[in-house]
This record gives sequence, C-alpha cells and structure tokens, in this order.
Amino acid sequence: MSEKIAFTIDGVTCKGEKGQFLVDAARDNGIYIPTLCNIPGVNPKSCCRICTVYVNGLPMTACSLQVFDGMEIINDTPALIEQRKIILEALFVEGNHYCPFCEKSGNCMLQALAYRFGMLAPRFPYTFPVREVDASHPKIIKDQNRCILCKRCIKAIKDEKGRSIFAYHRRGNKLRVHIDPKLALALTDELAQKAMDVCPVGSILVREKGYRVPIGQRTYDKMPIGSDIEVKK
Amino acid sequence: MSRKITIEPVTRVEGHGKVTIHIDHEGNVTQTRLHIVEFRGFERFIQGRPYWEAPVLVERLCGICPVSHHLAAAKALDVIVGAGTGEGLTPTGEKMRRLMHYGQFFQSHALHFFHLASPDLLFGIDADPAIRNVIGVALKHKDLAVQGVLMRKFGQEIIKATAGKKIHGTGAIPGGINKNLSIEERDSFLKGPDPLNADKMVEWASGALDFFKTFHKGHKELIDNFSKFPSSHLSLVRKDGAMDLYHGVLRAIDSQGRKILNDVDYQEYTQYINEEVRPWSYMKFPYLTHLGETDGWYRVGPLARLNTCDFIPTPLAQKEFELFRAYTNGKPNNMCMHYHWARLIETLHAAEMIRQLLHDPDLHGNNLVTIGKKQKEGVGLIEAPRGTLFHHYRINDNDQIEMANLIVSTTNNNEPMNRAVNCVATSMMTGKKEITEGMMNAVEVAIRAYDPCLSCATHALGNMPLEISLYDQNNSLIDRKSK
Repeated sequence: MSEKIAFTIDGVTCKGEKGQFLVDAARDNGIYIPTLCNIPGVNPKSCCRICTVYVNGLPMTACSLQVFDGMEIINDTPALIEQRKIILEALFVEGNHYCPFCEKSGNCMLQALAYRFGMLAPRFPYTFPVREVDASHPKIIKDQNRCILCKRCIKAIKDEKGRSIFAYHRRGNKLRVHIDPKLALALTDELAQKAMDVCPVGSILVREKGYRVPIGQRTYDKMPIGSDIEVKK
Repeated sequence: MSRKITIEPVTRVEGHGKVTIHIDHEGNVTQTRLHIVEFRGFERFIQGRPYWEAPVLVERLCGICPVSHHLAAAKALDVIVGAGTGEGLTPTGEKMRRLMHYGQFFQSHALHFFHLASPDLLFGIDADPAIRNVIGVALKHKDLAVQGVLMRKFGQEIIKATAGKKIHGTGAIPGGINKNLSIEERDSFLKGPDPLNADKMVEWASGALDFFKTFHKGHKELIDNFSKFPSSHLSLVRKDGAMDLYHGVLRAIDSQGRKILNDVDYQEYTQYINEEVRPWSYMKFPYLTHLGETDGWYRVGPLARLNTCDFIPTPLAQKEFELFRAYTNGKPNNMCMHYHWARLIETLHAAEMIRQLLHDPDLHGNNLVTIGKKQKEGVGLIEAPRGTLFHHYRINDNDQIEMANLIVSTTNNNEPMNRAVNCVATSMMTGKKEITEGMMNAVEVAIRAYDPCLSCATHALGNMPLEISLYDQNNSLIDRKSK
C-alpha cells in the first residue's frame, strides 16, 4: 500500500500518495489545477507552464512535481490567474486560432481555458504567422496554424514498435510538429482518431470527419473546463 | 451647376453600400450607381482549407442568413463526397436541412418586413427619420413590432434545434446532417407556450399578409408604380414547377413570361450564367450568357420566385399566390414594391412548411449521412431569402479547396438594384432645385425592397450618418451637408 501524505492547497488540507503528481493529487481532492500539455499516464514535460503554482513560496509546474508531506501550495490567486491568462494570450497571438470555424471548438482545451480565465482580447499584438496546412497524409491533416507545440502528440502517438509518428522539426520560432510520412502511411483509423483526441487544439484532424459532433454535445459546451473536478470537492 | 449626390451608407439593409447620383446643370439625372464598398475575399482565403470546413467557414459571410451559405456549401460538398444532389441524402438528412432552411426563411423575412421595411410603409417615405425606424414602429404599432420580434425568435429557435446555434451553427455536414430532431424539440415547436408555436406563426404570417394587402388597397400608386420596370426573373423550382426553396432545377423567364432558361441542372450553371466586372464596384454583374451582358440580367428573390414557379405546395400560401398572380393576369409581376407582397407570401409558406415538417417522423431518424464515390467538383444551389445563391467548389488530391466561386443573391440582383436607383432618382430628382431627405430615402426604399445583403453582417440602429456632397462641373466640391 502506498504511503499517504498530507499537504495544503490554498490553505485546504489535502491527502495524497507519495510519488503522485501534484495535478493528479489535487484532482483527487476536488481541486483543479489547469493543464494544457499534460496527459494523465504519460510522463510530464512542463512545456506550457499553465499549471505553475507556488510551492512553499517557489514557482513550480504542478504536472511534473510529485507531492510530499507538508507541502504548502498556492494555486488560486489573482496573480497566478493573471499569469495563466498571459500564457494563454501569448499562445493565441503566436498562432492563427480562428475558433469560429475550428472543428475542435467546444472540445478545445485552449479555448476552454481562455473562457475559464476570462480572456477577452490578448494584450499582445497578433503575429499572424504564415503557416501551411499539411494535408499530404492519408488519414490525418496537420493544420500548423493551430499547433501550440505542446508535444502531446509526440509523446502519446506511437506505432506498434513504439516509434513516434510526430516529431519536432527545426528550432526557435521555426519549430514545428511534423508527421513522419512513412509512419503516417501505417496509421490505423483508431490511432488517427487518438491523435486528434490527444491534440488539445484543432491542429490534428481526422480526414473527412469534421463537425460530426453537434454543438451542445461537445465537452465544454455545458460546463467550463475543470468544473468536473471541482464538483467532487 | 451639375451636382453629385452621395447617399452613404444606405440604411436599413444588411451591409454597407452607397449611392451616387450625378445631376447635370439642367437638372437631369445623368448617372446613378449603387456602390458596394466592402470587400470580403472569401473565395480566396478559403483556398487551402480542408473541404469539409467550407459550410462553417463561408457562413461567416452573413449574420442574417448564415444558414443559406451553410446549406449551399453543404449541398456543393454533397456532390464532392458522392452523395449527389437533393435526393441523394437520407430522408432525415434532407428534411432536417429543409427545416433549418425554412426556419431561416421565416426569421429573415420577418426581420426584413417588420424591422427594415415597415417603417417606410407605416410612416411614409417622407416621414421624419426620427420616427421612421424600428423604434418608431415599436412605439406606435406595438403589436406589429412584438409579432416581428417573436416571429424572428421562432425561426431562430428552429435554426438552433437543427444547426446547434441560432447563428453560425454546424448542423449540415457533407452528405447530410449531424443531428436529428428530438421528440422534445418537436413538441416545443408544435405545442410550445403561446405564442411560440407553429400554429401561431402561421396565423401571424397570414395577419402580416392581410396587413400588407390592406395597405396596398390604400396606397396603390406607391405600391404598383414605384420603381417599376420590366425584367427577366430567375430561381430554383421543383421539377414539377412547384416553388421549392431548398432544391430543384434552374428556371428563368423574361418579362413576358417566356422561359429563357428551361429547368436546367444547376450543376452546369457555368454554361448558362456569366459575370461581368465593372470598375466602380466590388460586386459583379451576373447575366444569362446566351442573352449577353446587356440583355441577360435578371431579378432574383421573392418576386422572381413567385414569377417563375407554377404553384406553391402549401394550401394557404397557394391561395395567396393565386391572388398575386391574378393581379397581373398571370403575367410576370415587375412591380418593385411587390417584392414585399411576395416576401410575405413566402413567409406564410415557410410557416406552413415548418408546421408540416414538424409532423414528419423522418426528422427523428438516425441515418444521418450518405457517402459515395468522391468527386473533385461540386455546385450547391439554394434559394436564400434574398434570392438564388450559387456555391461552387473544386478540391485537390489532398482534400483541400482549390477553387471557390460564390454568386450570392444580392450579386444576382446587382443590375436590378442599380436600375431601381436610376428609376427613382430620375423620376423624383429631375429638375428639382432642392434634394430633400425624403427623396434620398425614396432611393433607399427601392433598394430595400430587394432586401439586399450588401456585404453581410453589418447592422446599425439609431442615428446613421448621411452625407450629401455637391460638386460643380469641374467636379470640385462646393457644398457638403451631413446628419
């Protein structure tokens, strides 16, 4: 049986298990710490920093931090909310995110977080980068306009030999997630759908399946992101 | 002294346009133009997008009739995904789309008549602009204004139930629809709290028509002779000649009623329709190719639809249609203000169609999408509230849109609207020393009859700016007045 530990989040006493990541432990206690790049069950990478909290006074990413006894965590303060908004706004202006016609609208974590944190308009100027739509693969389309480089597809989508179908390509502001053209040929329908589902935005699309889920039946149509966790509180 | 009069913006229409009228030193109107001064560029910037995004992308053209663009694009993509046209869809797919479309017609026509057009009829073309608006209607004719609001609401609720949202929904997908209608949704429309149910909508649509006919009796000169000129008319009709706003074949008649386009397949529209570009407008001028640029222009919209069809397949609207046709002894009706009459008959038809469709069990089916052999190109045609709407797409081997051509309803009416402006300006302004606000509104009344959507989604309420500029024969500005 794993060792039980106690810690506080915003002054609320919580219980967890040793070795548990903070976002997971918080979730078990009915407290939502927002994440974007994190996927439960896959090693965290702390790419997006949206889950940054203060632990005993120091900023740390909750997705990659394991809980320990006596931790004092600050998660919900105006300053942290503002910091998360800044990250979201930076992600929006850095790409071309046209939510109104995006297939992922309503299922998009980026959009849902923007709603949750009350993002109305970004404080930064839009960059309107020129990015291509890579539609050369038989099962999926990669719309680089919407990619936030979160690495979820790289970490989660592997072929039967464990090889990554997606990979980073180039560096700096030219960094892109590309699809291995040979491995993409062997993508099954299930894996293509998983790639689309694992993408937190609408950057990976399964061909010819757009808009099959009606408005009103999408993940965040009825409840804001994180509220499913908070109802357990 | 020659003068140039500018009416900018044209108000109580969708979008932004302006009118210029040139008057020579003898007071004769020498040139009139309706300018469309906005540029949208949808045909270009959707290139490269995955084809299935088109219905959701292009509906952003308009906030009033997005459903029309949504469905026209979806119909074009039906062809591309191998579902064919019209009959190729499942019964649920086709009927849900029809319900969405008739909901759209109902709300759009109600909006136009009650909110945009009725102030001119209720208060007069020359009335003080301070009261000649929708607020004036609400203050002086509360029942009419409330009916207009609730009729629009009912139509919008139908759209929401079929497309997911009242504006810019995603219901229609290539090959069908993404949801059916639940029994609860059906019951809310059939048995909803008074007045928001289908029976009341039919009753109110009939009442609006009665209101117009009564007004017509008292104002025959205005309604029959204002901006009247002969023209050809074009619309979809069902294969048996019935009015069909969702699907059919393309028919055009000339001003005498002779068929000049005889029920042709709209997939081949490029054989029959061409577009002329003029340097002073962002909007093109379509024409029937075989008649040429000078004679091939035509009208679309409610008046054209009632002129081209043989009958209306719902009983109450059919009775009204018979009265309408009898008024011109069966000949095509070329009276501009009769657009309003025709529009209200269509409003009644839409209400009847909604009620009829709501009783159809096919709406609750689960077979929603048809997919067949992929095609590279497809054309979607639909009768939008403002007239015939063409969407044409070609895709590449990677499923990306390679070419798009949209001929929207107002584009089809471009030449008639320009002629209407000329007709009113010539008759009302020739020889006049002073151009009054009423004269300028008369020009707008003629444009408004067509219910144009000049660039879509630009709406304003209240104190609209209006500017008049006077120029001398050297085109130098000598005076400018604005309000």
